[in-house]
Amino acid sequence: RRVFPRCRYLLYASGDFVKVHSVNTEETLRLLCGHADLVTGIQLNPQNHMQLYSSSLDGTIKLWDFMDGILIKTFTVGCKLLALHTLASAEDSVFVVIPKKGERDTFQLVSVKLTKGAGQNLESNELSVVLDDVGASMKHIAFGREGSYVVSVKDVNLQVYFFKRKLLNRFSLSTVKTKGGDNRFSCVVCHPTEDCIATGHADGKIRLWRNFHHRKAYTYSALHWHHDIVMDLAYSIEGTRLLSGGVESVLVQWHNESSCQKDFLPRLGSPIEYISMSSDGVLCCTLHTDNRLSIINSNLRFSRSIQGLIKSRDVKTGLVVDPRTKALVLNGEPGHLQFYSLQSDQQLFSLDIVQRQYIHQAGLKQSDLVKVAFSARGTWLATVEESEELTDPELQLKLWFYHEETQSFTLNTRINTPHDNHITDMCFRDMDELGDDSIILVTAGRDCVFKVWVMVEDSDPEAHQNVSWSCDFVGSYHSYQATNCCFSEDGSLLAVSFEETVTVWDSLTWDLKCTFCHPPGNIRNICFGRLTCSKYLIGATDYGFLCCWNLLTCALEWSAHLNVVVLQPDPLSEHIAAVSWLSKESSLFVFKPSEPRPVYIQRNICKEKILLAAFVPRDEPEMISSEKYLWLRKSQLFFLTDTQELMTLSTKSLEERLTPSSKQLAVEESLPVTPFSLLLGKHRRQQAQEDIDFGKPVVPNKQEQASPAVKELLHTPAHVLPSASFLCTIFINSLLISKENKSTEEVADEVEMESEKAEDDSDEEDVTAMEQEDTSHMELLGEMTCKLSKSQEKELRKIRKMDYSWISAF
Amino acid sequence: MAAYKPVVVQACPKLGERITQDTLYWRGYKTPVQIKEFGAVNKIDFSPVPPYNYAVTASSRIHIYGRYSQEPIKTFSRFRDAAYCATYRDDGRLLAAGSEDGSICLFDVSGKAPLRQFEGHSKPVHLVGFLSDKYRIFSGGDDYSSNLWDIASATEIISYSEHTDYVRCGCASKVNADVFITGSYDHTVKLFDARTKSSVMTIEHGHPVESVLLFPSGGLLVSAGGRYVKVWDVLKGGQLLVSLKNHHKTVTCLCLNSSGQRLLSGSLDRHVKIYSTTSYKVVHSFNYATSILSLALSPEDETIVVGMTNGVLNVKHRKPEEKSENSQKKRQPAYRTYVKGKTYMPKQEDFCVSKPVKRVLRKYDKLLRSFQSSKALDAVLEPPIMLHTPEVTVAVMQELHRRGTLRSALAGRDEKQVDLLLTFVARRVIEPRFTPVLVTVADMITDIYQPVVGQSAIVDKQFLKLQQAIGKEIDYQEELLEVLGMMDTLFATFTKKKDTCLEENKSNGVTEIIETNRNY
Repeated sequence: RRVFPRCRYLLYASGDFVKVHSVNTEETLRLLCGHADLVTGIQLNPQNHMQLYSSSLDGTIKLWDFMDGILIKTFTVGCKLLALHTLASAEDSVFVVIPKKGERDTFQLVSVKLTKGAGQNLESNELSVVLDDVGASMKHIAFGREGSYVVSVKDVNLQVYFFKRKLLNRFSLSTVKTKGGDNRFSCVVCHPTEDCIATGHADGKIRLWRNFHHRKAYTYSALHWHHDIVMDLAYSIEGTRLLSGGVESVLVQWHNESSCQKDFLPRLGSPIEYISMSSDGVLCCTLHTDNRLSIINSNLRFSRSIQGLIKSRDVKTGLVVDPRTKALVLNGEPGHLQFYSLQSDQQLFSLDIVQRQYIHQAGLKQSDLVKVAFSARGTWLATVEESEELTDPELQLKLWFYHEETQSFTLNTRINTPHDNHITDMCFRDMDELGDDSIILVTAGRDCVFKVWVMVEDSDPEAHQNVSWSCDFVGSYHSYQATNCCFSEDGSLLAVSFEETVTVWDSLTWDLKCTFCHPPGNIRNICFGRLTCSKYLIGATDYGFLCCWNLLTCALEWSAHLNVVVLQPDPLSEHIAAVSWLSKESSLFVFKPSEPRPVYIQRNICKEKILLAAFVPRDEPEMISSEKYLWLRKSQLFFLTDTQELMTLSTKSLEERLTPSSKQLAVEESLPVTPFSLLLGKHRRQQAQEDIDFGKPVVPNKQEQASPAVKELLHTPAHVLPSASFLCTIFINSLLISKENKSTEEVADEVEMESEKAEDDSDEEDVTAMEQEDTSHMELLGEMTCKLSKSQEKELRKIRKMDYSWISAF
Repeated sequence: MAAYKPVVVQACPKLGERITQDTLYWRGYKTPVQIKEFGAVNKIDFSPVPPYNYAVTASSRIHIYGRYSQEPIKTFSRFRDAAYCATYRDDGRLLAAGSEDGSICLFDVSGKAPLRQFEGHSKPVHLVGFLSDKYRIFSGGDDYSSNLWDIASATEIISYSEHTDYVRCGCASKVNADVFITGSYDHTVKLFDARTKSSVMTIEHGHPVESVLLFPSGGLLVSAGGRYVKVWDVLKGGQLLVSLKNHHKTVTCLCLNSSGQRLLSGSLDRHVKIYSTTSYKVVHSFNYATSILSLALSPEDETIVVGMTNGVLNVKHRKPEEKSENSQKKRQPAYRTYVKGKTYMPKQEDFCVSKPVKRVLRKYDKLLRSFQSSKALDAVLEPPIMLHTPEVTVAVMQELHRRGTLRSALAGRDEKQVDLLLTFVARRVIEPRFTPVLVTVADMITDIYQPVVGQSAIVDKQFLKLQQAIGKEIDYQEELLEVLGMMDTLFATFTKKKDTCLEENKSNGVTEIIETNRNY
């Protein structure tokens, strides 16, 4: 879904936006925003290559001047537009794919007459159906040589419509003939100069159709290299080369339509989704399923890639914050760990953990990264990878050391099968003041034990490295599965939860100190309180209880009835965030362990289940005037939701809910959802379609604004310029005032902030209304928790006594 | 775009002894030469001057051996009873020895009859030595006394009788001509100064002292007795520096190597241990057939001579350094061909073409890169790889399994190849690091070649071998499990005690019985 005008700009649709990228500098130059829904297609205006048509699900076609980022015209069509095509011969009309009225899942290709008018917003309702029953994807329709015919593929049918003769030829492949293979069409392209159609198939074949003017005498030849579905095809400008790509992540170049001459560009990283050629044929661009664009030279040399946040199939590692860079760390490419900077909204680097060649093939048991932990200062990184086999997982625990010189992590120790079963949790002992020697790693496994790993110094001075890790202690409790582990802030206590019970261990002698439980229900999450609340241990159970135990008295302090999914302590304050999931909505509670009454409640922050959360420390504490958000002063909270189950159901409604930008901001303000969390949410929903980036468009313009004088100087022809001596002072001045420039920028930023705030204020009313409801809820909840906790305590005591007497009798 | 990632070969740390510089150094000895003596060898002493002959005291004889001779080049046999402690003087020309009847004989190395005879001890003399001024001899006897003699006049200078038991070992300081030490069965080591009338220092070893040693610097003293080797700092007034307990029987002899970096100790437990004198860790150890009584190392560590209780003298010579002259003979291009153009600095107008770094891939990696699984498996089944680096073979098998092409790679092989494959599997399947992969491989082979079983005698034999190997391993595992069960019961009784004290500790809350398992 990209277009190259010349070879300097790369345009691509990304969520609700169209982005303009410079090919040479890899920078985002422009962000064309204005669509209210997903952008489904972008095409250059064939009459004017500086203009761009874009279509969207919101039923509009917009015409842009992408060089300056100006919206020229908006054509309202009135129904969902799923794909867009333009044709040089059809001057005043474009072709779009729309859903057929009255029938579900059938689509038709229509030509839209773009009305010529003076205004910006125009209605264009003149639709004429060209083809019926076409595929919804852009890849299923192609226009032939000089626009004389249009080809559409769907399932096993190929339709060719000749505009001049108004003739429709249908061809279909027999489904019987294939031997277990699936020969449905997956994509189609037309030769730019000859009457030839190339189609890609689900079984990996590429068919070249010729002589399709005749209904009977058509011929086709097949090219077969791909072992799985051909995702996209593209012809070079002259038509001598055909490019194809698929899940193998290999770009194949076929010469002269013969199957013996082909070149490969292997290991592009992830399956290829789209291929497009630049208009001068010099560059080729591939879009991958993991949200990445690769730019490839015409001689099949990899040139560069544009990388967003890599979307992996499943974020198993959770959201982890790298203490060194404050970057968010999560699964990236298969077997890689990506470090994603939230501030600059880009990937810092990708660390290869598995170090194996990834083979893109269905049905293979790939090993992937499942757990990540950082030591307090980020010097050590522990990763766990396991193969996807359920019964006998192939586990590896790896410990990485951060090298200051190379600024990267290097593998220090690899431990094969650290546990006999899946590892459920892993944590480092954070002890800042004692230095590196005291670092301890604890892993909890489903094989009913937790293991303590310590650093051992190598006695041999000639050895390659002088420290390695080895197992120090193995603890178990009644052969229950260990589910969570957590160190207290000072590192003296280790809490490990074993199904229903939380055990507390002394980290010096590895003696069991005491146990807590809150039957029935397994412990889902545990964490220690911090700072002033370090004497409390918080646990959440399956049966929907949040419990707080006092470690000094070894008694239950309070408990609340809350189905907590995520429990996340803030590393810089004593607040703990708990996200509950009840009746299809997630709610956020922020509390201090010392008080059973929450500090902050936000009901219904989103409809999806929130899977993960992370506090990211701010660089400097932010001044927050409102007392409600004081807990957000030192760090920001990020969520990762999972909407895989709710995908079809809630996507659109949520999209609509979010569409007006002001509303979106309201959401932003009323709860700590940042652009990033929204972004992540969207990523999960939209599945492999778009690159989404909510980066603010302010940044790239700075330079240009900063030096208008220089620009002027450079752009004026030499013969009209005054003498150099006169210009010199102006030029130097323009260079010297960078400070002032900055301040003006800042002012600009502030202005923008203010405008945002103003918008927020307008929404504040709604929010306050909501909040009033919330507060009433809160009071109710507070009472409930108090009552519950008392009754609960009584019950607990009973149970405790019961249990104890029974045991002593035993 | 990522480059091809080669197959990761799992490197397993070698269990047991780690190869260090020391092991390499101490392994560099030829197979030992055994010489039978008449009785237990109680002392071996190397001549300090070339050609480094050594005197061996055994029974009533003193034999002097040359460097490579297995026959004694000289024998002193003028003793009525057992001889003890034949020791060379620093210049290698005189030899002193004690004897069972209490006399001390001084020999010229070239002569036969004793030059001098020192009479004075009333009981056997087990210790004789020269002071470093070459003119005096010290001795220690079973009459609890240690004496000092003048060589020239053959008279006793002084007699110390401070020990309360047999004096069996001693050593003279190399830096001070008046200082010598003696060790006795009364558990003490005493330091004497010939200028004073009594001992200057007494060190309590704690066990009957069998051997003492002074470092060349004179600052450190090593004493051996019982199972302990102890190192003392003399300059600090006899402070214990380190106590080593690496033998499980009495340590009988001590020795320093020529550089003074390593300390050797021989013991009745048939071992010679080598310690680093910086860290006092055992860096290497030799074992011998019988209990060791005496031990000596020639200058430059050329020869290790060990005397045993059964009268066998064990001589180990160092292997000559391997010379790599052959490879150097090959004419190589001149040095300047290599450095040609290396120092050229590109000028501003030059257009630099960087040479892409060529990655060298192993053969199997090349084949795996192009998805030729069967050929890749062939490549790692070649004898050099299969025999010497089985982990590579297994890693490739694992990679093929991961790619799901292992079955097709294993199928379609002829008799010879199947034989090869089965030999490898049968031999390696019991190694724990290979077991998970090779069990799958064995499964697949049996699946694939089941229809043709019985057609080839060789393959059938290999299958039987595999079955035997696996059966044996299962038996071992069962036995091990039994042992583990026994140990668990022991651990359980051990942890019971812990539980009780824990239950005392508990203040309130739910406490239950814990099972803790200490693992290392």
